[in-house]
Amino acid sequence: MAGPIRVLVGKIGLDGHDRGVKVVARALRDAGMEVVYTGLHRTPAEVARIAVEEDVDVIGISLLSGAHMTIFPRLIELLKIEGADDALLLAGGTILPEDAEALVAMGVDKVFGVDTPLPELVEFIRANAKPQ
Amino acid sequence: MTDGGSARRRWEEETVAPFLAGMPERKATFETLSGATVERVYTPEHVAEPDGGFPGEFPFLRGPYPTMYRARPWTMRQIAGYGRPEDTNDRLRYLIANGQTGISIDFDMPTLMGFDSDDERSFGEVGGVGVAVDHVDDLHAVLDGIDIGTISVSMTINPSAWILLAMFLVVAEERGVPRAKLSGTTQADIVKEFIAQKEWIYPVEPSLRILRDMITFGARELPRWNPVNISGYHAREAGATASQEVAFTLAAAITYAERAVATGMHFDEFAPRFSFYFIAHNDFIEEVAKFRAARRLWARIARERFGATKPESMRLRFHCQTAGSTLTAPQPLNNIIRGALQALAAVAGGAQSLHVSGMDEALAIPSEQAMKVALRTQQILLEESGIASTIDPFGGSYAIEATTERIEREVREYLDKIDEIGGTVAGIESGFFQQAISDAAYAHQLAKDAGELRTVGVNVYRDAEAEAIPFALHKVDPDVEERKLAELRGFRAARDGALVEERLAELREAATGDGNIMPATIEAIRARATGGEIVEVLRSVFGSYVEHAVF
Repeated sequence: MAGPIRVLVGKIGLDGHDRGVKVVARALRDAGMEVVYTGLHRTPAEVARIAVEEDVDVIGISLLSGAHMTIFPRLIELLKIEGADDALLLAGGTILPEDAEALVAMGVDKVFGVDTPLPELVEFIRANAKPQ
Repeated sequence: MTDGGSARRRWEEETVAPFLAGMPERKATFETLSGATVERVYTPEHVAEPDGGFPGEFPFLRGPYPTMYRARPWTMRQIAGYGRPEDTNDRLRYLIANGQTGISIDFDMPTLMGFDSDDERSFGEVGGVGVAVDHVDDLHAVLDGIDIGTISVSMTINPSAWILLAMFLVVAEERGVPRAKLSGTTQADIVKEFIAQKEWIYPVEPSLRILRDMITFGARELPRWNPVNISGYHAREAGATASQEVAFTLAAAITYAERAVATGMHFDEFAPRFSFYFIAHNDFIEEVAKFRAARRLWARIARERFGATKPESMRLRFHCQTAGSTLTAPQPLNNIIRGALQALAAVAGGAQSLHVSGMDEALAIPSEQAMKVALRTQQILLEESGIASTIDPFGGSYAIEATTERIEREVREYLDKIDEIGGTVAGIESGFFQQAISDAAYAHQLAKDAGELRTVGVNVYRDAEAEAIPFALHKVDPDVEERKLAELRGFRAARDGALVEERLAELREAATGDGNIMPATIEAIRARATGGEIVEVLRSVFGSYVEHAVF
């Protein structure tokens, strides 16, 4: 039987809005998952490295700074190089529908808006993560 | 008071009970947005201090000034900032042309965090959520054609605030505007950064020293400038309750005052220039009461803790912004109504200055159209609603007075608790504030998910299919970053590099001792040092802050 789902939640760039990411971290922990929070102001390279070191099944990145269209391509590229691109990749925050479509096209598995109910997020991860 | 109590019991038994038998209330209990129980009706028995005094007199419950909006309406101060300095200048001039009475500048993340536009950590964020200001000539461009000797200028800037203040002073000097005429505000409230907004550079102690230097420098040099805008807005946006918002704000104010007093200055010398900043949230009664409670509490704290003697040191003046987190992406036109109700609470609560958030802010940074509607909301309140004709119009309402007193009690309990754990700095280092905010945010989200907290268009009255966005959104110009970088290269090439080095070395020297760092910072800015260069020089003295995150 597989162990608990391991999730990395993180913030990339200079954006300091951490209310959402911390609420999500807590909800996933309360749902029985193992949660690693990167803390604020990380670079894509740091997040890719932590994802490998922590051997996570899911990576969730929260962005409210509007910098998602520059940050995600870089992160996806680094995850590929590090061999961590099999993890489920999720985005959350203030992301317009057209940007969300573009993110999915480049390899993000799902984009969650700011008003997403927590049970919806938990269910999605349970249904789609593949713990080793 | 007991008479009131027995009369109420009689009413409950004789009148309410038979009614309830026929039709129960909608919920078993009613609560404020912050989770406090709300009574069915408030009566004199709920009010311990029925005499609230008069506006402009201690304890300033009813207002900081004796005439309030009858003499001087609140400052309509819609914030603006995006792209290059020229872009922001266009928006500021547009707002002034439409009747705005003060200006307020939002900076991009690199400027806020003390990085130049060409720093690798700035990649992708230059000119995004605010304007990119690397050096004094950028600020000249932001303020081009705006008379800073007459209009007040507020800058939403925190860990790098002392640098922007220095830039502003050099802009004034180079335009020939005397310091005594400058009015405005640097937010500079670093405590709330560590606990809520999360923009920081240096560790807690050197950060507090920088702010102390701004406060004491301001007290001597800038008679009309607010060096700090002590803010509850961000803690509330991060999840805090109304009482936590006020308590954490006043705790920060107490800390700043203690640091300034430790330099040998009396409270009355600097406290008149303290300004405050609260949110105007959805719960109308609780919000009006909150502003009143904050005023009475600060007046009493100023007297009790610091021996204030001047009325100006005791009267709390505040800026207000409607709550960004209440804005919804679905059905965004509803956000106009939310802004209007929250703005009404701010004005009923006696705000000195107000920003109404844009209807589109759940989707993007606000467009010109969204800011015009927000400004018109303020103008309708002032010109059409009658709310500005009388002072503290809800004063004396049993519900308002009882809620005011409830918030004061809760804030006092928090302040005692903060003293108990060793003060604000200890509270930041142990994660006390961060955990309290995080707990409240989580409880709020669970209540939302459970449907106990209802948001129109989000968890009730949803559209079956998402409607198209009914207005045009602000588009970030993709060339901003490249153009800003080219300009910055030109700026660095044109200045006297040796002079900049010399001034930066002198600044490092000033920072190493315990003297005031403002004069040496102003010198460095005059010599055309950039913000990022100043920050890095002092990083070698002060170090960097690293957060131990709690959730």
